Amino acid sequence: MAGSGKAHLRPSDETLLRVEDLTVEFPVGGGDVVHAVSGISFDIKRGETLGLVGESGCGKSTTGRAILQLPRPTSGSVYLDDQNLASLKDEEMRQKRTDLQMIFQDPVSSLNPRRAVGEIVAEPLEVWGPKDKGQQWDKVSVMLDAVGIDPDVARFKHPHEFSGGQCQRISIARALVMEPELIICDEPVSALDVSVQAQILNMLEELKAKYGLTLVFIAHDLAVVKNISDRVAVMYLGKMCEVSESDELYSNPAHPYTQLLLTSIPLPDPLVAIDRELQVDEGLPSPINPPSGCRFRTRCPYADDICSRVEPQMRRVTDDHFVACHHPLIDVDEVEVTLNT
Amino acid sequence: MPTAGADATRLTRSEKTEPLLVVEDLKTYFQTPNGLVKAVDGVTLSVERGKTLGVVGESGSGKTVLSRSIMRLNTAGNVITHGSVTYNGEDLLAKSPRQMRDIWGVEMAMVFQDPMTSLNPVVKVGRQMTEHIRHHLGVSKKDARDTAVELLRSVRIPEPEARFDNYPHEMSGGMRQRVCIAIALACGPKMLFADEPTTALDVTVQHQILNLLGQQQVDRFMTMIMVTHDLGVVAGRTDEIAVMYAGKVVEKAPTKQLFADMRHPYTEALLRSIPKIDDPKHTKLSAISGRPPDLINPPSGCAFSPRCPYAQPQCFTDTPPLGAAPTPGHQYACWFPVGSPEGKDAWDKNLEAKRPQTMAAAGLVNATEELAAGAVVGG
Repeated sequence: MAGSGKAHLRPSDETLLRVEDLTVEFPVGGGDVVHAVSGISFDIKRGETLGLVGESGCGKSTTGRAILQLPRPTSGSVYLDDQNLASLKDEEMRQKRTDLQMIFQDPVSSLNPRRAVGEIVAEPLEVWGPKDKGQQWDKVSVMLDAVGIDPDVARFKHPHEFSGGQCQRISIARALVMEPELIICDEPVSALDVSVQAQILNMLEELKAKYGLTLVFIAHDLAVVKNISDRVAVMYLGKMCEVSESDELYSNPAHPYTQLLLTSIPLPDPLVAIDRELQVDEGLPSPINPPSGCRFRTRCPYADDICSRVEPQMRRVTDDHFVACHHPLIDVDEVEVTLNT
Repeated sequence: MPTAGADATRLTRSEKTEPLLVVEDLKTYFQTPNGLVKAVDGVTLSVERGKTLGVVGESGSGKTVLSRSIMRLNTAGNVITHGSVTYNGEDLLAKSPRQMRDIWGVEMAMVFQDPMTSLNPVVKVGRQMTEHIRHHLGVSKKDARDTAVELLRSVRIPEPEARFDNYPHEMSGGMRQRVCIAIALACGPKMLFADEPTTALDVTVQHQILNLLGQQQVDRFMTMIMVTHDLGVVAGRTDEIAVMYAGKVVEKAPTKQLFADMRHPYTEALLRSIPKIDDPKHTKLSAISGRPPDLINPPSGCAFSPRCPYAQPQCFTDTPPLGAAPTPGHQYACWFPVGSPEGKDAWDKNLEAKRPQTMAAAGLVNATEELAAGAVVGG
């Protein structure tokens, strides 16, 4: 698992975003390099939500930022429609970025505390949109209204006067005001209480339907990702393990890592037995010297000789389910893999 | 090993039957420039020996302040504490800070939420562990080191001898949390508080740490209070659950009973707002309207009433007491409990009157944080 390959990519005329062989490396001194993302490929159709999941350090946020060319990837291509963002000049990229927006994890610190909400949401328009303040406000107020914030009340208030959930709504309004093609949501609900999290998730679904948004939804909570995503990609140590339509992934995980993630979820039901035998393991290996072959093999119960020598390639499980593993769970025993046994 | 905890077989008969911890009408208020924050507002609960109590609530519900109040860790000058905390027959609130030092670590210990900040970054983890082993158990430097290495091994830190001389930044988050657990366990406490012990960790590491805590609890016959916002974390790992809202316990029941037959609308709403892994994608979530209450000016009557889909006029004026349900051990504070005929009537009435909170809970309209003015309707 944790391999390469492009078997899971769909015809390029159907997709809005197509990422191929994306690699992001960070030099850390002494000649060492952090292999944050190592040659992953994926695509997103217009109007689709792609969930990116994995443990911290798996490269999911780096992937999200690399789509925006922040920073530019070490190699690989990022096609938005037919344009390769990775080959654009800086000024061209700056102009193109209006089509791409981002929502961050911490809603309070991603808003400028010294500016009023009306200014914060209007700022993208200040650069790109109508220069007329009245026209700007028309757009801003529509967006604030769409995210459930009363525009007239909020206009002259500052971020500290709002709760975390409301600040996240304001961030979403700021992202939407440019009418972007694609929004990267990096853990947008992780910092929120569960009752507020549900409000934001429901709202994102509605905005998506209303404005035809395409989302990359990065999160570590698998239940949240399943709820909002059409398709889910599981990442491990800079590689992609498994890509699948969401319901299929959760009911038939083919990758041992996906299964590990799923069995780790604490379910809010006392009648479901917990695997109490799961012991502390070594955790994520260093991204400076990732394991050879399949990167998950050091933690994988099924790993054998081939896993250390050959990097697994993406293989088809069903039409919309692909896995990069030498010993996929579905092939191995032909039985349906059940969760939480 | 001098760190062995309490042992079930060594207890006298009365010790076996008496709860280890009894909290009665505990109130913790903070004086702030904006007013009096009623963080814990009259909590009564007890925990029996060897059992695990889960304390569940959203941010601002008072769950963390409750556990800190029991352990007497709220030491700032603006804290006002009332009520009584009886631990093993002793009144903890009457003890001086100096006397508490003999209780911390030996009798009760706490694992904090953030393993990144609860360790001192400029002191090697070994010294952070041996410091209180030597203080409490009065052993030599070498014995303390042996004990600490043994503890690191028991929390499954690889190469504990080498890790003893590490600084916290040389360890991963999960490993640091295991060090924090080892420190908490070092002097064999009879009672362990775990305050969101896994919230900062990845889901796989969370599972491992929770398993580790569970094992240590059984091995050492510890009593545990697990504080969390995640109903999933407590569902399979506690004997009893107390749900807190606005500084009060609103429902308390044995874990299975709580999930099978929850009575308080807040408990129900909290459970329903979590995305479920078994639901198909794009399932609309049942969000709770409004947001957690202001603890300086909490709503009158039941604190949940402004957000509650069942609320009736009585709820806005009279505070419901924590009363007993027919099932033993189950208590709830609600005038119109879920699953009762009164509750059903209240829901139907509210739905008919188009109370937005009820409409949102029924999935007919969207829940928002702003509660519309005049939304306080009802039968």
